[in-house]
Amino acid sequence: MRLLLVYIVSFLSVLGVCAQDTTDVYHSRLDSMQYLSNVTIFAKKLYREVIPAQTLNGRQLERLNSHSVADAIRYFAGVQIKDYGGVGGIKTIDIRSMGTNHLGVYYDGIQLGNPQNGQIDLGRFSLDNIDEISIYNGQKSEIFQPARDFGSAGSVYLRTRRPKFEGDKCDNLNVTMRMGSFGLANPSLRWEHRFTQNVSMLINTEYTYATGQYHFRYRKRFSDGTPAWDTTAVRKNGDLNAWRIEGALFGYLPEGKWNAKFYYYDSERGIPGAIVNNVWFNAQRQWDRNFFLQGSYQNQFTKRYELMVNAKYAHDYLRYLNPDTTLMYIDNTFRQDELYISTANKYTILRNWDVNLSVDYKWNYLNANLTNFSYPTRHTLLTALATAYTLGGFKAQASLLYSMVNDRYSARNAGEVIAKFSKYLNKVTPAVFLSYKPIARYDFNLRAFYKRIFRMPTFNDLYYTDIGNSNLRPEYATQYNVGFHYQLYRERGFWRGFRITADAYYNHVDDKIIAVPRGRGVYRWMMMNIGKVKIRGIDLTARTRMAFPADVNVDVNLSYTYQKAQDYSDPTNNGDGGTYKGQIAYIPWHSGSVVVHGSWRAFDLNYSFIYVGERYHVSANIPANHEQPWYTHDLSASYKWQMGAVNMKVTAEVNNLLNQYYDVINNYPMPGRNYRLTLKFDI
Amino acid sequence: MKPLLYILLSLMLIVLPSCREEDVIFIPEEVEITTPQFTSVQGFYLLNEGNMGSNKASLDYYNFRTGRYTRNIFGFANPNVPKEMGDVGNDMGIYGSKLYAVINCSNKIDVLDKMTVKKIGQINIPNCRFIKFYGGYAYVTSYAGPVVITPDYKQRGYVAKIDTATLQVVDTCLVGFQPDELDIVNGKIYVANSGGYMVPNYENTISVIDIDTFTEESRIEIAINLQCCKADQHGNLWISSRGDYYENQSRLYVYDTRHQRLLKTFDNNVSSMWLDGDSLYVIGVQFSYVTMNNQVSYALINTATLEQVSDCFITDGTEKDISMPYSVAVNPITKEIYLCDAKDYVSPGRLFCYSPQGVKQWEVRTGDIPAHFAFLGDNINEK
Repeated sequence: MRLLLVYIVSFLSVLGVCAQDTTDVYHSRLDSMQYLSNVTIFAKKLYREVIPAQTLNGRQLERLNSHSVADAIRYFAGVQIKDYGGVGGIKTIDIRSMGTNHLGVYYDGIQLGNPQNGQIDLGRFSLDNIDEISIYNGQKSEIFQPARDFGSAGSVYLRTRRPKFEGDKCDNLNVTMRMGSFGLANPSLRWEHRFTQNVSMLINTEYTYATGQYHFRYRKRFSDGTPAWDTTAVRKNGDLNAWRIEGALFGYLPEGKWNAKFYYYDSERGIPGAIVNNVWFNAQRQWDRNFFLQGSYQNQFTKRYELMVNAKYAHDYLRYLNPDTTLMYIDNTFRQDELYISTANKYTILRNWDVNLSVDYKWNYLNANLTNFSYPTRHTLLTALATAYTLGGFKAQASLLYSMVNDRYSARNAGEVIAKFSKYLNKVTPAVFLSYKPIARYDFNLRAFYKRIFRMPTFNDLYYTDIGNSNLRPEYATQYNVGFHYQLYRERGFWRGFRITADAYYNHVDDKIIAVPRGRGVYRWMMMNIGKVKIRGIDLTARTRMAFPADVNVDVNLSYTYQKAQDYSDPTNNGDGGTYKGQIAYIPWHSGSVVVHGSWRAFDLNYSFIYVGERYHVSANIPANHEQPWYTHDLSASYKWQMGAVNMKVTAEVNNLLNQYYDVINNYPMPGRNYRLTLKFDI
Repeated sequence: MKPLLYILLSLMLIVLPSCREEDVIFIPEEVEITTPQFTSVQGFYLLNEGNMGSNKASLDYYNFRTGRYTRNIFGFANPNVPKEMGDVGNDMGIYGSKLYAVINCSNKIDVLDKMTVKKIGQINIPNCRFIKFYGGYAYVTSYAGPVVITPDYKQRGYVAKIDTATLQVVDTCLVGFQPDELDIVNGKIYVANSGGYMVPNYENTISVIDIDTFTEESRIEIAINLQCCKADQHGNLWISSRGDYYENQSRLYVYDTRHQRLLKTFDNNVSSMWLDGDSLYVIGVQFSYVTMNNQVSYALINTATLEQVSDCFITDGTEKDISMPYSVAVNPITKEIYLCDAKDYVSPGRLFCYSPQGVKQWEVRTGDIPAHFAFLGDNINEK
């Protein structure tokens, strides 16, 4: 019971809110139902997002056979992953087909930046220290947040674990060892310590080694079914050697909280590259070092006024080496710096009416050892004014984001600065979120949102030597969404509740930045604002829980996405083999996932299935560009037991059970059936 | 609550049967284009480069005798070759009974039967670029020579000599950095060195190789970043420089191999050219930072008089339909002009046919980045 209370309290404190009554807490997450059913919580005020997120929490993540954040995100509706395969391969995600660059990734509340290419490789974030992944369309519909949180078309929030202490315990120690296919050895260690009732700390470190080798198979058949060619080979140069350490201090104040954390990631990996005829090995390598230091402070000074301050410094190092003597020798190094500070000020005008003003300042600098590089600096000032209003079953939120971006860069010839430039951009973009609960007795909510936002051209888009185009304009994404969610909780009986969400949306991306050929030859490209995409989609999710006799519990999670994402870029490229109105590259019309989890006492069994339907690798939707559907079945089983003061847990996983050989990206083969074993010790 | 769940479940059941199928050998797509034509030219092969990393080099064939165009014929003719033709088709030629396709990023030359396109053999040459034939041998340029590390990393290019009977590399000859096109005049091989991997320190020479001793005899300074090198029937070489894409623009140079002197410089931008008799068809695409788009030119030069005859050999205004002219070829008998449009490099290109007067006849969809032609017929390939 005590453990349950600790769980609940930490769960609520994490939300940064307390609940007014039990029902709302029940509904905030189905998963917590079984714990909350017998507990009454007294609290001051309810505060909830207008449109809740799709969420996976720690225990679900543990069961999902996922190694990285990217693997876990595949289970959400509306999300497509670009996976180049293997442990070290790049994995980026795309929400509702708007492009990876429109996605904001937030690590403990502060955005991870990469102004160089605008993409965050989510394959690099292991789940070892992640407690919750939430994904929001539009933005997190909560007004009390930094201005930067209003600035993406879709957001992924990664929340790391917070220390939780049972009773008088002052130290928790967790040791985990994972090993398996691809030569994986992945030990990790977490130490949590409580200094006082209100101040605690956490240190977590993880080492990942993998040879990254796996068998892949390509084959083709004649139309009568007899084999034409069939070849199996070993994926090489996919090795990974990575070390991560992070630490954090957490504190609670009478009316607020604070935290400070550092993060360091150091890795070397092979880039396995495309498998093409006569080339079964690539030699390119990459080194990354990412460091950041961030802090957050939040306090409610008066009944009406609450303040949040966030600050961050980040340094990223990337080295890319092509040592292949048959190709162009490349040894490029990029160094990025970011400074960030944000304040959010919330004022409660009436009990049901809040306003918030957030002001963020961000500084970015990119240094590279490229010939005649322009060493860009970007100053970003973001101001967000937001308001939230609740009346009965009706909730509304509106926000305006004012962005001022100043890029300073130089033009060089033979290393000498020949000109200096400074460019300003001023934009105001709106967002509106609405929800309506028609019948108080039922947790049935209608919801809708509209948002218009842009993404800045990245430093690579603008200034990459030869390819960059400093005249680029921002790329806009406009979203319209209507939907509902309905949930029901039951304490007794076979059906223990369910939750259904459905959303229909229309998005368009304008002035999309794409590479356009310039003159002849593969290296001659130019980034231009000429793309246009229209996306019509439906996201459905459902989850339910069943209680069978003899302590057998079963949860089922389903998600389904339909997307028609059409390329409207070039009306002249119409008709036979044209790209106009074609489904854009790698976006399937149908995709979905099924997760079934059963538990019986100390045993857990989890089955997950991911389906990605047929796609084309170019928006010219002709047979030569067709990509087969792919789907994987994963199984995991775990058992936990206690040995003295040590809680132990063993998990065995089989991934891609039916050994399907598939490509997510053309010519990047994915692994077939693979295994993993995890041992966890908690002291 | 249950009905909703069942709706959702049944929806998933509708979707899920769309299962993965076995990939089947691609059946070539045949399209009827125009009326048959009977000359000594039976047809032409068109090698589509395919964007780098896509493994989409593909071979198309146009049959003059049926007026039909067939796309993507390699896989069907060679169903046992894994991963088909490969990555980035860079050059192609017919010699004797064989068709040679130089596949740059697959580090090989596919040797095919010129009538059936069935694969006879493969010659592995890393980073191979262009091919020419002479006296029973094929000569192929490659970027991938030995590495020189002092003081900067540099890699010499070479020319490989291939015995067309045995399909073996019998000799190699070092040339400049990143050699591109080559041609053979009067017992000598001339190789355009680009130095394209060494930006901004481009090469500015052509290498001259004595064909009997197969050694580099001399270097001739022309201009930076050389690409095309074609010999006309007067013993002149037509050499293009890509320029450096900044101050130095792309130009065309005429070099007299007999008197060893530079005859003339044309300010034409050159991205591709085709020599037919005394007619040199030059297409140029240059990016303009003023208008922020590609400026295109279609020039015709008389190689006998060294004068530009026309600055647009398309005369009916249909050049507006071409978004990225990539390559040009001329029928040796009928003098019809074929122009390839590579569009955005990642979606299918188009092939346009023009009458000798420059009036559009027909167009057809090709593979990705249509680029290299080889005409099939009697006595048209052998010099």
